[in-house]
Amino acid sequence: MSRIGKIARRSFLVGSVAVAGGVAFGIWRYRTPYANPLQDDLPEGAAALTPYVKIDAEGVTLITPRADKGQGAYHVQAALIAEELDIELEQVAVDPGPPSAAYWNGALAEEAAEFMVPSDGMVRGMAEGVVNASMKFIGLQMTGGSTTVPDAYLKLRQAGASARETLKLAAAQETGLDVGELRTEGGAVILPDSTALPYTRLAAAAAGLDPVQDAEIKDPADWRILGKPMQRLDIVAKSTGTQDYGIDMQVEGMVHATVLLNPHQGGALNGFDASEAEAMRGVKAVVPITGGVGVVADNTWRAIQAARAVQADWGPSPMPATMEEHWKALSDSFTPETQDSRKRDDGNVEAARNVAELVEAEYRAPYLAHAPLEPINAIVRIDEDGAEVWTGTQVPRFVQQNVAKIAGLDPDQVTVHVLMIGGSFGHRLEDEVVKQAAEIAVQMKGTPVKLTYSREEDMMHDFPRQIAMARLRGTVRDGRVDSLDLGIAMPSVMGSQMSRQGLSVPGPDSQIVAGAWEQPFAIPNQRVTGYRAPDLAPISSWRSVGASSNGFFYNAALDELIHAAGADPLEERLRLCDDPLARAVLEAVGDMSGWSGPLGNGKGRGVALTRSFGVHTAEVVEVTNTDRGIRIDKVWVAAEVGRVLDPVNFENLVQGGVIFGLGHAMNCEITYSDGIAEQDNFYSFEGMRLFQAPQIEVRGLENGDHVRGIGEPPVPPAAPALAGAIFAATGTRLREMPFNKFVDFA
Amino acid sequence: MKLTVNGTEHEVDVEPDMPLLWVLREELGYTGVKYGCGVAQCGACTVHIDGEAQRSCQVAAADVWGPVTTIEGLGTPQALHAVQEAWIEHQVAQCGYCQSGQIMQAAALLSYAPDPTDQDIDDAMGGNLCRCGTYTRIRAAVKTAAAKLQEA
Repeated sequence: MSRIGKIARRSFLVGSVAVAGGVAFGIWRYRTPYANPLQDDLPEGAAALTPYVKIDAEGVTLITPRADKGQGAYHVQAALIAEELDIELEQVAVDPGPPSAAYWNGALAEEAAEFMVPSDGMVRGMAEGVVNASMKFIGLQMTGGSTTVPDAYLKLRQAGASARETLKLAAAQETGLDVGELRTEGGAVILPDSTALPYTRLAAAAAGLDPVQDAEIKDPADWRILGKPMQRLDIVAKSTGTQDYGIDMQVEGMVHATVLLNPHQGGALNGFDASEAEAMRGVKAVVPITGGVGVVADNTWRAIQAARAVQADWGPSPMPATMEEHWKALSDSFTPETQDSRKRDDGNVEAARNVAELVEAEYRAPYLAHAPLEPINAIVRIDEDGAEVWTGTQVPRFVQQNVAKIAGLDPDQVTVHVLMIGGSFGHRLEDEVVKQAAEIAVQMKGTPVKLTYSREEDMMHDFPRQIAMARLRGTVRDGRVDSLDLGIAMPSVMGSQMSRQGLSVPGPDSQIVAGAWEQPFAIPNQRVTGYRAPDLAPISSWRSVGASSNGFFYNAALDELIHAAGADPLEERLRLCDDPLARAVLEAVGDMSGWSGPLGNGKGRGVALTRSFGVHTAEVVEVTNTDRGIRIDKVWVAAEVGRVLDPVNFENLVQGGVIFGLGHAMNCEITYSDGIAEQDNFYSFEGMRLFQAPQIEVRGLENGDHVRGIGEPPVPPAAPALAGAIFAATGTRLREMPFNKFVDFA
Repeated sequence: MKLTVNGTEHEVDVEPDMPLLWVLREELGYTGVKYGCGVAQCGACTVHIDGEAQRSCQVAAADVWGPVTTIEGLGTPQALHAVQEAWIEHQVAQCGYCQSGQIMQAAALLSYAPDPTDQDIDDAMGGNLCRCGTYTRIRAAVKTAAAKLQEA
């Protein structure tokens, strides 16, 4: 049985559905093109229910369909619901979707489908930044596009509020009391005489009621949970080794596999000799897959050892043979023919150049691996009439379709179990590992194949962050920045990423200029032009995507001009800033750091601000030039996110984002020679170590109207603030990452 | 060969050169021990052997010289070790994948330096990589754990 109330004039409606011994509350979607299992019961135009709250005799389960890769997505989704449901987080179970019940999985897939199916909506989404849409789907603390995020923020609370009010209604009917006399607390409806009727007892009765629509959601001033320090639901498991990740998953009868892929990225497998490998202990099979071989054994280590014993004949990589050629492809792309976008063109940068001395500079950002600490992995079992997948993924819909294709099945015959992810930074937006596991599994039907990459395969065959180059031409006048003309060339991340899903990206790729064209500085003459370089290495979204390189380019260029003008980096930014939200974060870091001009004594400070993913983030970095190299002493960060939902996790994510941005700027790059990545483990791709980590002071501002995610925005300003600090301390202007090519770090 | 893990003796039939990491994870099911790099660059596989922090990816099964303690043996959700309590108090983990190793490393540090200086912490914890960047909290949690252990 399913029920739907009156159709309200808004984009969603709370619905409920009876489940064994209870009820589930969720959101109806309608006018969507997707088939759904509830269709027969639904009014015209209605589609599946996305359940968020399930209550039965066993207890209350909050369904958190967004993937968790360390950012606390499960927790914050649960907190949004629990806040309105008047239940404590300790009283609930959290489930990304009960995998045993195909019914609910189907409903959850609808949630994913909205953002992942190549409909007109998606094409439009891509043109304006599909990353935002997919980030919403991934659900970094409500990360995403400007209109979709408040929707999710509202939706989960609305589902909780409706469930709460419907349970009160059930209690009123049972007791004969007026609903107005009832209140809710601790997972129970409380009667005037303080008798508590637990939700679990009322669930069956509530299933027979029309869910209350337009249930009032709380004023944030009355929040019990949100906005206050709370303990993340996964924190005990993650502090005791009891959190299972995809790599820990075990399925009855599974075998352990690894891959040996053509080290020449994108090259073919021409042939192989596995005789030595096949004779090794525990090895069950060595099979060809696209671009490499799969080695199946009874233990992952044995599979990895055997993979090293396979002799393969590899085809060449399609990408340019040397890094010089990669850079030249970018350098050659600053032409009218390859212009991708000019989203900003204020004043007249060319006229400004005629009346002042030109400041010119060129900037570079390298390829970067995602390198989450959990090497990518997946379990796939393919049977004659269905397939099952267990993996940590941000794109379950793609996974389902791709496994179906390889197995010769319909997507709805493929069940996907989404597991906890040990870091991603964008890595799990790709599903090569699942496809490869499926290619092996289809050659041994009925056997679950667990594929685990070695670290080396993971790093060498990552689809890295884009390589990018920028050119500045600018001028100053009367001690002020007068013109900034920034051209940015990079291959299209979106184009490369979507091509692996068989999709093309028409129109400009907004990521080529993201983090540069939309910055809140009213420079009188300002132009930002994106140039689309040809495809080089296959690339993918890396934490903060286009802004990860462009935040550096824009701020470094601005610093260069501010210096030429003889102005102070913070004061001139404040003078140019034309957005009150951005001004507030700049003022905040100025205040937090006690910014007061040059420090002397080998110390230096730099400041940067990037608007990315709708969040203004300002950072001040302080360094000391020691006899062992640059030491990063302290960082002050302020970010405008509308509302801080979970202050402890917010601080943690911001600190982590800063370290991620600084660490990669210090010492990380992926370089290719004949298509072979020259870095294959953490000794050559190190990032920041604990002894290098600065103190990081964080302030979240809540001046804006929109709730934003914080997983990515702290990354882009970190590198340019560090470069500014190093310039202040040493006089060395850094225009290319990683900086350890030019300075040492202590 | 015989291995004592978290006080339990196990008989395993593996190659002498199979790293302890894989014996623990896949032969004995101690999945709290994590594979991150295989070359002693990340510390995710850190366990104690005879009370000392060791990278289990670098210790051959045949070379294990004493009883092994994994994160599962340090403490449990029901009976937390002081280091784990501190990790929870500071909400250190993001993805959490490195934290078993971080916690084992920190517990070993506190066993020989009960009141560690910043330099002690830097020296001991520098080999444990955290890609999420939780270092600020790790530092604070080590100090809290030290205080807890000294009170106890």
